[in-house]
Amino acid sequence: MEKKDISRRELLQSTGALVVGFSLLGDSPALAQEQIAGMQGVPDGMASYPYANPDYLDPTSLDSWLAVTQDGSITVFTGKVDIGTGIETALGQMAAEELDVPFHKVRVAMGDTAKTVDQGRTAGSQTIARAGPQLRQAAAAGRLELLKLASARLGAPVENLSVTDGIVSVAGEPKRSISYGDLLGGKQFNVRITASGIQGAMVVAPEVRPKNFKDYRVVGKSVPRVDLPAKLTGEFKFTSDVRVPRMLHGRVVRPRAAISGPPTVDESSVRHIPGVVKVVREGTFVGVVAESEWASIQAAKALKVTWPAPSNKLPSNPDDIALYLKDSKSARDLTAVNKGNVDTALSRASKTFEATYHWPFQMHAMMGPCCAVADVRGDTATVWTGAQGPFTTRDRVASLLKTAKRNVSVIFVESAGSYGRLTADDTVEDAVVLSRAVGKPVRVQWMREDEHVWSPKGPQQLLTARAGVNAEGRIVAWDYLDHSFPWSESQGTPQLAERQVGAKTELLGNPNGVNGGGEYYDFENHRVMAKVVAWPQDEPSPLRTCALRSPGEPPRNFGSECFMDEVAAGMGVDPVQFRLRHLKNKRIVEALQAATQKAGWTPRPAPAPESSGPIAKGKGVALTIRGNTIIVAVSEVEVERTTGKVAVKRVTIAHDCGLIVNPEGLKIQLDGNVMQGISRTLMEEIKYDASGVKSVDWVTHPVIRFKQVPEVEAVLINRPEIPPSGGAEPSIVVIPASIGNAIFDAVGVRLRQVPFTPQRVLAALKSKSTVSSVA
Amino acid sequence: MAKISLKVNGKPRVVDADPATPLLYILRNDLELNGPRFGCGLAQCGACTVIIDGKAVRSCVTPVRSIQGQAITTLEGLGNAANPHPLQKAFIEEQALQCGYCMNGILMNAKVLLDKNPDPTVEQIKEHLDPILCRCGSHLRVIRAIRRAAALVKA
Repeated sequence: MEKKDISRRELLQSTGALVVGFSLLGDSPALAQEQIAGMQGVPDGMASYPYANPDYLDPTSLDSWLAVTQDGSITVFTGKVDIGTGIETALGQMAAEELDVPFHKVRVAMGDTAKTVDQGRTAGSQTIARAGPQLRQAAAAGRLELLKLASARLGAPVENLSVTDGIVSVAGEPKRSISYGDLLGGKQFNVRITASGIQGAMVVAPEVRPKNFKDYRVVGKSVPRVDLPAKLTGEFKFTSDVRVPRMLHGRVVRPRAAISGPPTVDESSVRHIPGVVKVVREGTFVGVVAESEWASIQAAKALKVTWPAPSNKLPSNPDDIALYLKDSKSARDLTAVNKGNVDTALSRASKTFEATYHWPFQMHAMMGPCCAVADVRGDTATVWTGAQGPFTTRDRVASLLKTAKRNVSVIFVESAGSYGRLTADDTVEDAVVLSRAVGKPVRVQWMREDEHVWSPKGPQQLLTARAGVNAEGRIVAWDYLDHSFPWSESQGTPQLAERQVGAKTELLGNPNGVNGGGEYYDFENHRVMAKVVAWPQDEPSPLRTCALRSPGEPPRNFGSECFMDEVAAGMGVDPVQFRLRHLKNKRIVEALQAATQKAGWTPRPAPAPESSGPIAKGKGVALTIRGNTIIVAVSEVEVERTTGKVAVKRVTIAHDCGLIVNPEGLKIQLDGNVMQGISRTLMEEIKYDASGVKSVDWVTHPVIRFKQVPEVEAVLINRPEIPPSGGAEPSIVVIPASIGNAIFDAVGVRLRQVPFTPQRVLAALKSKSTVSSVA
Repeated sequence: MAKISLKVNGKPRVVDADPATPLLYILRNDLELNGPRFGCGLAQCGACTVIIDGKAVRSCVTPVRSIQGQAITTLEGLGNAANPHPLQKAFIEEQALQCGYCMNGILMNAKVLLDKNPDPTVEQIKEHLDPILCRCGSHLRVIRAIRRAAALVKA
């Protein structure tokens, strides 16, 4: 265990920041559901949180949030983590703003279970929206305390004090001043603030009034990201760069298919490899530990392991899974909107439409496979990981080791961008099992095949849509249903290694969401629902599932916004005009107008008039509201008629997330969402059959490359009067539908299955499928 | 195991290793140079790129015995915070990355490109970097940053 962590913990215990108490929460599945509820923005509904709990830093202590050093620098502590999206910079801006210190004087310490408050896992583009205000209020409370200290030292009332760049001075008497460093440097506040609720729903110091947005000087500026310089020189330390004394290297061995039982292992097969320390077998878990990384890689490759045949209780090809999704009973229904009587309205409509859309299993495909270091000593452990939820990771390790949460310390170190994949960092548990077996710290990094085959996937989805239009050409009935699997890897559930060594779960797992199905339109009879289909994985399977960037919403929006286009085309109306007919929300109307204006949209019904020549061009639009963020995309494509190849040439995005904390930081995210969105729409589908996963590397699973990238035009709509909402993932939601609609505009064929591979486009062109309009 | 002599970022280094070990693991674990990264171990993504005698080389599949005595440049050899290479400067100015895990491959290949072609067009940059993967989608900024670096070198 690292010395400084113990000392920090002991220090905090001695100052009373951690008080021995009891947990009302335990490890109940209900809590896991509440955690997700918190992540989704639903209040947790608990009357009080047991802050006097040795497993968590106390959010009612100001010292849990802020530390002031002698030179007046401020460290802000947050349980959130930066997964490459720039929240370290943005949260620093929010804290600097409230404290009236220059941005460069603020350091953000992230994701350490012993040193930071649990603000919920970093997911769902919720960090700025939820953790932002928590830190802002703590910073505002800190500023107030510093003013009180200054008041006593300067002999002037707080009302007469002002702060500039961390120097407090008396109004009109600039010489009567004192710095934050001189006031508190190196000492603790020892001050209580109020807090209620937990994690994302926690409300911190509501009694302190924060700054008016009109006075902002740091928030709203494109402060360069603090993490980038070191990432360009090799000085930045990623998880994979963590090295601790006595550390050994581990690799794991798993098949490409489900694990139905313990394998036979011929340990003599690796005896010839120098440096192999141990072949570790426990339950169905197999791993190797070696002195060098290369030896561990060679040993994992050479080890003769014979796996029992997978039982194949689950369907094992996309068509069968689609049927399974369609025909299975719902384990749980989610409702985004249910208004009026959809079925009656459909039966009375003058024209009806229906369509079905398919979305495949997809993967996050991190550039660097997951990697963690674990140091297990008896019933205690320290773990270094890029996990998006350090606290849930801590709880899972405690469960695996059958020890108390307080015996496990999880320290976040940034990994390759994870987009949801590291809600469950599997290498943490692998490293814990291996470290426990050899009694030394073990570093595990998955090989590329491990990551492609065994990383939890974004689940396959089936979307069905029906609409009825009245004589005036207005949709009067909208019935949209998502069929989707929950996330087997929800962190309330045991994960891979823990299950391999014997843990079982009966939990359904967290649902894949319901939003993005057109709930933001104004329809008289309106139903947008999701059917959660149980996906029983009693044996660990490579088709395990978890949150993938804007979970479930790119698929749902693909179906609903393509369907909106199908109806508009069926009515012979311009797709933008048709949408405007059904939109009341002013922000979304403005975003739609901004995007289409920037993209040079010419109003006319789709498809475009038939053109000749080998290349057909088209434009498509799609919109959504995610959380409180509004996004509209206009994509422009070229379709090569003879090959079916689709090239996205330009994407215009209008983005309204209320107050923009860092405009350039937001634009970086929009670029990224466009590229990943195009990649997922045109290329990505996990290939598998009964023998296992076939997408095992970058050749068998291609993603977007430099020659395929379009131009991106971002239209940022700043609304400083509206609290900031997320920007790291909402914009990916609208990319698939905007491309599908652009293809329809270009060539008049409707693609209802992602990805839009050249083969699928060509097949559609050949059959020239028409809108499934039923008069 | 054998004593292996290397020349890394202008300095002679001696390591004791299995000569078949891919250079990547020697650089990372024996020399603690974190610039080159493990992305695939299959020469498919470019994250492990180093420059050997002016050429971009995938260190994850290059046995260390095969490059003894040759001049190896890693990301650390390009520049540092105090004295950045024009590419590193331009990438900061363009904020051309997100998670940054692929940046080693991007920068090292961009360096090789600029050494051959000091003023590449957008199309030439795309062509040259097409074999290098970036999952966060920083491509457009990368292209702009390389153009900016070219201008910095010229100035």
